[in-house]
Amino acid sequence: MSAEPVLTISGLNVDYGTDERAVHALRDIDLTLHRGEVLGLAGESGSGKSTLAYAVTRLLQPPGVITGGDVHYHRPGGDRLDILSLSPEQLRAFRWQELSIVFQGAMNSLNPVHTVHSQLTDVLKAHRPDLKKAQRTYRAEELLSLVGISADRLAAYPHQLSGGMRQRVMIAMALALEPEIVIMDEPTTALDVVMQRQILRRLVQLREQLNFSVVFITHDISLLIEFSDRIAIMYGGRIVEEAGAAEIYRDPRHPYSDGLLHSFPALHGPRRELTGIPGSPPHLSAMPAGCAFHPRCGKAFEPCDVRVPLLAAPALSPTEDRRTVACHLHA
Amino acid sequence: MKYLLQRLAFYAVTAWAAITINFLIPRLMPGDPVQALLSRYQGQLDTNAINSLKALFGLDEQQSLWQQYTDYWAHLLDGDLGLSFTFFPTPVSEVIVQSLPWTLALVGVTTLLSFVLGTGIGVYSGWKRGSWLDGLLPVTTFISSIPYFWLGLIAIALFAEKWSLFPNSGGYDNSLVPAFDWPFISSALYHAFLPGVTIVLSAVAGWILGMRNMMVTVSSEDYVMVAQAKGLSERRVMFGYAARNAVLPNISGFALSLGFIVGGTLLVEMVFTYPGIGFQLLQAVGAKDYPLMQGVFLIITLSVLAANLLADLVYAALDPRTRKEA
Amino acid sequence: MSITATDVAVLDGAPAPEAPTRRARLRFLRGGKTRTGLLMLGFFVLLAVIGPWIAPYDPDAMSDQLLQPPSGAHWFGTTHTGQDVLSQILVGTRGVLIVGFVAAVIATVLSVLIGVTAGFIGGAVDEILSALANIFLVLPGLPLIIIVASFVPDTGDLLIAFAIALTSWAWGSRILRAQTLSLRRRDYVEAARATGESTWRIILFEIMPNLTAVIASGFVGTVIFAVLTEITLAFIGVADISHWNWGTVLFWAQSNQALAQGAWWWFVPAGLCIALLGTALALINFGIDEFVNPRLRTATGSSRKVKMRVGFTPVARRAPGTGAGHPEHSSKEPRP
Repeated sequence: MSAEPVLTISGLNVDYGTDERAVHALRDIDLTLHRGEVLGLAGESGSGKSTLAYAVTRLLQPPGVITGGDVHYHRPGGDRLDILSLSPEQLRAFRWQELSIVFQGAMNSLNPVHTVHSQLTDVLKAHRPDLKKAQRTYRAEELLSLVGISADRLAAYPHQLSGGMRQRVMIAMALALEPEIVIMDEPTTALDVVMQRQILRRLVQLREQLNFSVVFITHDISLLIEFSDRIAIMYGGRIVEEAGAAEIYRDPRHPYSDGLLHSFPALHGPRRELTGIPGSPPHLSAMPAGCAFHPRCGKAFEPCDVRVPLLAAPALSPTEDRRTVACHLHA
Repeated sequence: MKYLLQRLAFYAVTAWAAITINFLIPRLMPGDPVQALLSRYQGQLDTNAINSLKALFGLDEQQSLWQQYTDYWAHLLDGDLGLSFTFFPTPVSEVIVQSLPWTLALVGVTTLLSFVLGTGIGVYSGWKRGSWLDGLLPVTTFISSIPYFWLGLIAIALFAEKWSLFPNSGGYDNSLVPAFDWPFISSALYHAFLPGVTIVLSAVAGWILGMRNMMVTVSSEDYVMVAQAKGLSERRVMFGYAARNAVLPNISGFALSLGFIVGGTLLVEMVFTYPGIGFQLLQAVGAKDYPLMQGVFLIITLSVLAANLLADLVYAALDPRTRKEA
Repeated sequence: MSITATDVAVLDGAPAPEAPTRRARLRFLRGGKTRTGLLMLGFFVLLAVIGPWIAPYDPDAMSDQLLQPPSGAHWFGTTHTGQDVLSQILVGTRGVLIVGFVAAVIATVLSVLIGVTAGFIGGAVDEILSALANIFLVLPGLPLIIIVASFVPDTGDLLIAFAIALTSWAWGSRILRAQTLSLRRRDYVEAARATGESTWRIILFEIMPNLTAVIASGFVGTVIFAVLTEITLAFIGVADISHWNWGTVLFWAQSNQALAQGAWWWFVPAGLCIALLGTALALINFGIDEFVNPRLRTATGSSRKVKMRVGFTPVARRAPGTGAGHPEHSSKEPRP
């Protein structure tokens, strides 16, 4: 895998609200997505993983505001695009062309009053104005066959499709312009386990064919370990650990990562005891001081409720390649 | 198809209910106001007219209720609604036939206009939430709280009495003979302007508020976010995704507020002495002309049902979910 | 303590629906719009109570001051028989509010009984009740009331209120039915059913508290409708015109050619009162709507500095060095 970056996020901060009651949803996020890799983002609800996905595309709903940091997109040629300073017109041109999203909840992601055909081709109409109508239809059929749906479903309305089909339509749509990056926000949460894996396998194959990078967001860390190259674990609006999928699985450094791993049964590999994490994630407006995880952490000690641990290479094994953790245990 | 058949069945039941209510009201009410009228006009009525009034208002004590009911239906299906006392001896059906076109034209045009106008403004102000357009909301709320007829009174006071820009009453210049020629039509339009503007102004506020709320609600739906993520043009997102979905509840709301709008319009006609159904209803109430009142109620109800059916057709055309599975 | 995998999955989904606390249920009473609306409504309620006492004249008393424009002696002017318009408005407030509220109470009770029953029991009962509500919904109410009222020899306030209630319960009932249907499937209601609680207990303690806002909104909406209808009926002379209310004032103004005589003061105050009362009630309802549907809250977070726009998240970088609101920046100091 090449180490060439395709999306770099540095010091990203996001608030909800602009006045004194604003809450900080993301704090000082540093993250790099490399070309061709699958980067997993894990964490409980409220950890900020979806906020992060929408913030880098500037799709956050009001009252979300980006209050600091930078997001850069790197074109294959090497030049950089500063996403946070794009005008609405430039942003429209960038979206879907370079970065597409498969949204959470396939049920509501498709417009109920338009056909699959219309929703697959309107994106072509917007970004490829030189394509003729017949060419757009041909492309739409091609996209459907890519995800294993027959072309006669083009005339269907979303309510006539099953949940799994709708999600596959969304994936076909995301690939319509062959973007460099596909963000997948809980793409399979609403589906049954068999369907989940079927869709994800197809996606992995497609990635090998088309060579795009994936940001894969889910709370199901066992799925991440199976399908991603690297994993970033989020808690309380921060990244608390980032490492290769195998390293996280074998040797999680942050107590929270460890807890997450023990919350889901692994489908492959040795069984581990399910212990889960006591308590529930903090609300954004009442974030504990110091390390946000310390009230739920079994290993919390003296500095944890005072100082926020920084994301850095673990102190005991500083030479370990491309691995960071934000925990005083490893400082 | 199934959806439309269901709706048709529902309207048939509703029409039946309305006719039955109409049949029951005079029979349930204390006293016999129609009998009093009948004796007043005794000498001037022929047997035919007396019979139809008796059948319509249940004055024939010998008959069973069921017999009265079938008689009533027989007369209705004949188009016989009795004689009007206000316009004695014109049949009620004739009075209605003369005044219905005026109301249909006035209400039809103004309702459509206010719906289109209000929905358009609502779409825009909902989409541009947080802009200066929000400042119009209190004004819109205030206007939507004004009764139609009072706005009509103000319009007459200002534009007819004070500045004499428009006529204060009537549907056309009395010196003209109704005909399909330019002088008559222009006169009719001129007379319809003030009542029309009154109705549009009163009705549009409600549509704006309703549509704005729906736009705001729909704007945070996932599919609108997807449309933004796809980098579609603002027009396509706003109309093809947000407004296209937000208008659906407004159309079913259209059908339901129709009764309210019609009520308001009747009053506007009364205030402007406009020669439509509403004005006839006012005269009928003043003269205790029960046959005319009941006839007017029946025809209003049937028209409202027809308009509802139309709205359902539009809805079915706009929402694929009502169509049969392909 | 350990929790299972499914628990975590639940945590990550939508927050589990809980019955709102009492405090949360009444939250719609706060907020600018609701407060303005309540203040305005309070003013009219006060007038309804003390109106007859503070009215400067007997509203029926004639005087030789015929058709006088507003003056110090007659704030709202006089009628063609020298009656004081202000006194008529003040005395009439009570009738307006009584009919409005009585009609709304009856209609609300009807809509709760029919809507909640239909939604909770379901089946054939639901089919019949829903059809009934839909029929009443499309029947044009005003002409129906006019006809009923003109057949009845004595049209007092209570009869009018009752007729209005009969034609206006259907809307609320339809919404309540839909709400009840969705509540019935909630976990805590299912749980109550499973533990064998009686239907009545479930409706009263599990369902009704969650319908408060919807019922309140329906009630306020019906008051608006009832006031407008009542005034309309008085204006066209169907209701009893010997009782003063704002509609009767307009009736006399209209039947005595106030417009043609340029006596604007005769019909302007009554209409403004109706519009202001309607606005007050509509504002209260906006507050309730925003409570029920949080997406509607106007506070989009837009401020002069940051412009919110759907689909284009604003970027508002803080001036470097301020770091306000980020006390944890101190932790960026070099580690010991």
